[in-house]
Amino acid sequence: MEIFGIPHQAFLGQLLLGLVNGAFYALLSLGLAVIFGLLGIVNFAHGALYMLGAFAAWIMLDKFGINYWMALLLAPLTVGALGVVIERLFLKHLYKIDPIYGLLLTFGLALIAEGIFREMYGVSGQNYDVPELLSGATNLGFMVLPNYRAWVVGVSLSVCLGTWYLIERTRLGAYLRAGTENAALVQAFGINVPLMVMLTYGAGAALAALAGVLAAPIIQVNPLMGSNLIIVVFAVVVIGGMGSIMGSILTGLGLGVIEGLTRVFYPEASSIVVFIIMVIVLMIRPAGLFGKEA
Amino acid sequence: MKLKTLIASMAVGFAAAASAQGTGPVKIGFITDMSSVYADLDGPAGGEMVKWAAQDFGGKVLNRPIEVVTADHQNKADIASAKAREWIDKDGLSMLIGGTNSGTSLAMAKLAEEKKRPFFSIGAGSARLTNEACSPYTVHYAYDTVALAKVGAAALVKAGGKNWFFLTADYAFGHSLESDASTIVKANGGTVAGTVRHPLNASDFSSFLLQAQSSKAQVLALANAGGDFSNAMKSAKEFGILKTMKPIGLLVFITDVHSLGLSNAEGLQVADSWYWNQDDASRKFAKRFFDKYKRMPTSVQAADYSAASNYLKAVQTAGTTDADKVMSTLKSMQIDDFYNKGQIRADGRMIHDMYLYQVKSAKESTTPWDYYKMIAKVPGEQAFTSAADSKCALLKK
Repeated sequence: MEIFGIPHQAFLGQLLLGLVNGAFYALLSLGLAVIFGLLGIVNFAHGALYMLGAFAAWIMLDKFGINYWMALLLAPLTVGALGVVIERLFLKHLYKIDPIYGLLLTFGLALIAEGIFREMYGVSGQNYDVPELLSGATNLGFMVLPNYRAWVVGVSLSVCLGTWYLIERTRLGAYLRAGTENAALVQAFGINVPLMVMLTYGAGAALAALAGVLAAPIIQVNPLMGSNLIIVVFAVVVIGGMGSIMGSILTGLGLGVIEGLTRVFYPEASSIVVFIIMVIVLMIRPAGLFGKEA
Repeated sequence: MKLKTLIASMAVGFAAAASAQGTGPVKIGFITDMSSVYADLDGPAGGEMVKWAAQDFGGKVLNRPIEVVTADHQNKADIASAKAREWIDKDGLSMLIGGTNSGTSLAMAKLAEEKKRPFFSIGAGSARLTNEACSPYTVHYAYDTVALAKVGAAALVKAGGKNWFFLTADYAFGHSLESDASTIVKANGGTVAGTVRHPLNASDFSSFLLQAQSSKAQVLALANAGGDFSNAMKSAKEFGILKTMKPIGLLVFITDVHSLGLSNAEGLQVADSWYWNQDDASRKFAKRFFDKYKRMPTSVQAADYSAASNYLKAVQTAGTTDADKVMSTLKSMQIDDFYNKGQIRADGRMIHDMYLYQVKSAKESTTPWDYYKMIAKVPGEQAFTSAADSKCALLKK
């Protein structure tokens, strides 16, 4: 059996690989969506935070012998703490002014972080081995899937759904959403809104770092790894609808699959297909697929 | 007022001419990618090699001090040629060296021809520099895509790797590597099972590699460089593709192998012009480099040193920095140093031996950076485009 001229089995394989990449897009765009939704900041430092997560894992292993499993927890915590510092030092002064300042500031921070790591570690990238427990591959019949990739999909989907549940279905999430609508009123009910906003940015940063740790064994840990990815992730957020949590998860997965299939049918276009879709979506639904029309 | 302006501009003109030919310093300009994808294989350390060459020459030539200036072209041809133009017009630059990136080298070669300055291209791959786009002032020093393809591909096909699949970076450099290598594969009785062209800085290679695997080809040829190459190799290992396919990197530097680690790069075949551990003189140079940078030099960095020091020798012999005289000295002298032995042909191609290396396994590697074993040495006349095949008019005289 053939689908669009390629064997059925190869097609299934490519579909699955697309899903793996989509899981990264989902995890990264989720963080962006949370930060934009609750803080109104277009976080251009997201790619850099992702890179920092990967580097944190690599440094922990290389310098301190901290293994992958510990890094999976410690790297996001470290980068999340850095996020809290960034929010306290810089971002909190920007909430009341034009969003363009937040964009410029975070973009500048990203350039600084990249520059520092480029200076320290060069551009060739560092190798991070797949942890012992997840090395090897499973034969699914239609393809041989490395166990690590299956793990990545599992972790990112659980984290994405967990975050969605936290924000949309719990009391804490309700406070957060109310805080963005009317901070003064929520404050009046005795809730510490600035603390909540600060922790939200920290959590967004930690999500990016988690994606970085997950990526470290798959690609070379490189100071430029974030800037290669961030533009695509922004397109994902725009397509999904700025600020929509579920929208960014579903769009991330969907676009990963579409991009994966483009890699088979017309590989040269695989790096732009996401942007073509973005243009079409913006023409038909300017607020994005899952965004609320203003 | 008009007269004053005229005198002033004449004075400026004379000053510039004086510094170009007179008693001022002999200026060497070095332009490369200092901060982006190719910065590790050349970059600031490459600039330092040119400075070392000047120091080791005694810091002076023809009783004039040697001065080295460097700049970052950010992989943009317009920045490279604008900077070079500024150096030549304002500072009376005597010679220009272009590091990595073919686009920038082609632009600088054109400028150097217009301004009549010797131009050494070191890390650029494009064979056009001494073929369709050749110039009397260009020297292409280290390697080119034709030599990489001939050295790497021919040996592998002869060893039984008949059926090839190309994973190609989708831009000029990748295309020319792929087409040069396919020509060699076919000429040696091999076949090309398929090609997939991936965008530059692709985020993930697994999908492309799955296509390579289903082609059932024996050889996985990576016609890409830097981060794309490393990530492709890493995924190939992860997906178990290296169990059935033999990988060949068409442009790989030792820094790439180091960054991948021997566990990922083991068995890879690599064509290159120089390896730090090839003889005593090279090891001596490498040790000096290592002491400063804590890593081993690439062939490009060794070639930066060699090119600058041979230029200075030519200036000394010619007794002038006049471009035409220096170029004719360069083309008539024998080049013989730790980097390589050879001669610069009339089209500017430095003809020297090329090598095919295989990356050692972790077991075979006994010391840090002990990565390559040589499996073939290809004489320069066989490695590079032959004079008969070249379209360069300078060879047809």
